[in-house]
Amino acid sequence: MFDIPLPVCLAVPGKIIDIDRKKEYAVIDYGDGTKRRVNITLVDVRVGDYVLVHAGFAIQVLNEKKASETLDLFRNILSAGEEK
Amino acid sequence: MFSLHDRKLAQEIVFKIKKLDVKLKFMHVCGTHQDTLVRNGLDYLFRECGVNIVQGPGCPVCVTTPMEIEEIMLLAEHGKIIATFGDMINVPGEKHSLRDMRENGYAIHTVYGIEDAVFLAEKYRSRDVVFMGIGFETTAPTTAAVLLKKLPSNFSILSCHRVIPPALKTILDMGEIRIDGLIEPGHVSTIIGLKPYEFISREYNIPQVVAGFEPLDLIMAVWLLVRQIENRDALVENEYTRAVKKDGNIRAQEIMKEVFEPVDKRWRGFPVIPKSGLELKKEFDEYNARKKYDEELQEVWDKEFKEPRGCRCGELLRGLLSPQDCPLFGRKCTPDTPVGPCMVSIEGSCNIEFRYKKKTTV
Ligand code: SF4
Repeated sequence: MFDIPLPVCLAVPGKIIDIDRKKEYAVIDYGDGTKRRVNITLVDVRVGDYVLVHAGFAIQVLNEKKASETLDLFRNILSAGEEK
Repeated sequence: MFSLHDRKLAQEIVFKIKKLDVKLKFMHVCGTHQDTLVRNGLDYLFRECGVNIVQGPGCPVCVTTPMEIEEIMLLAEHGKIIATFGDMINVPGEKHSLRDMRENGYAIHTVYGIEDAVFLAEKYRSRDVVFMGIGFETTAPTTAAVLLKKLPSNFSILSCHRVIPPALKTILDMGEIRIDGLIEPGHVSTIIGLKPYEFISREYNIPQVVAGFEPLDLIMAVWLLVRQIENRDALVENEYTRAVKKDGNIRAQEIMKEVFEPVDKRWRGFPVIPKSGLELKKEFDEYNARKKYDEELQEVWDKEFKEPRGCRCGELLRGLLSPQDCPLFGRKCTPDTPVGPCMVSIEGSCNIEFRYKKKTTV
């Protein structure tokens, strides 16, 4: 039998490519060729959104804007320290 | 798209930390943080910069108590089909592990999530199926969401879910270890947001940063903590803004509130931690394995169970030791022959240390 060593606090990002009619499940594309059906009842999502998936559930929607700004934000924080 | 890479920036931050010549101790409470730290050698790197980071009770499999393990094994013995997360089945109990039981013909299944366990109950209608639900606030909402659906009557849950903030408070109240800053778990925080950590900064004057799981996330988190300490601040900062909102996931919080009630709970290595466990509310008694099978379970409830002999997991989970301080590490205790849960779970610090360093204390 195959055992899945699931890290219990790990969640993996994926993109929603399809949502069922009852808005209960979505198909997630993990970007590495794997697709999976996950429960989306904990989040409010649309096709195209990126979500964090944990134990078969989407637990949070990822913020693309914040993701693209993170490195710049880090650089700013660092140079803010410089001025002091 | 959601990963961070900038070697130069990382080096710059590390250089700045080093220049400050600090001597600090930080704690995180997440196996995935520990993995990032050890896999990338960040634990050494930070130590050279004067920052020592220890893993606290952040491993759901590790903090599950011997009592809970005996509960689930007894239910297996009584013929229930058991479903749980992978690592759990290898944790040694008093006599054996769930895996040993499976090898002896008991029905023990590992699942990816609770919905797979419900599926088992639907498939084996004539058998009772018990899902051992472990995990912190990341996992607890998935159990809660399933309980709000129509479930087969042969399905029940042994809730071993726990919440992080009361454990942090207990560590600080015990006062065994000096903690200068806390790195808070990113994925737990996607659910609970920032607010549940605020009392710690307020009452204990401890800086906190919610962090993601890339090396650069942790480097930045350490920098933010060091900067707070230099400025004599004690705030909750969020470095992981691409996933963690200030208020967390409100729907998940509401569903959890609907299904669970906080109860006082023992954690491995700890005394009873007030309001740190999540038990099913009364309305869900028919799906609560502890209610449904109370007569059978009484047998273990009447007993006391000890930690495996020689195992130092308890001190490790309180941040007092490192895996290599345990005399059994890498000798009697390896991932193939685990003595304690910290060597079993891929989120346990002994397992992580062994996988990436494979050194013994010789
Ligand atoms: S090395 Fe093994 S025996 Fe020692 S603390 Fe870790 S799990 Fe326990």
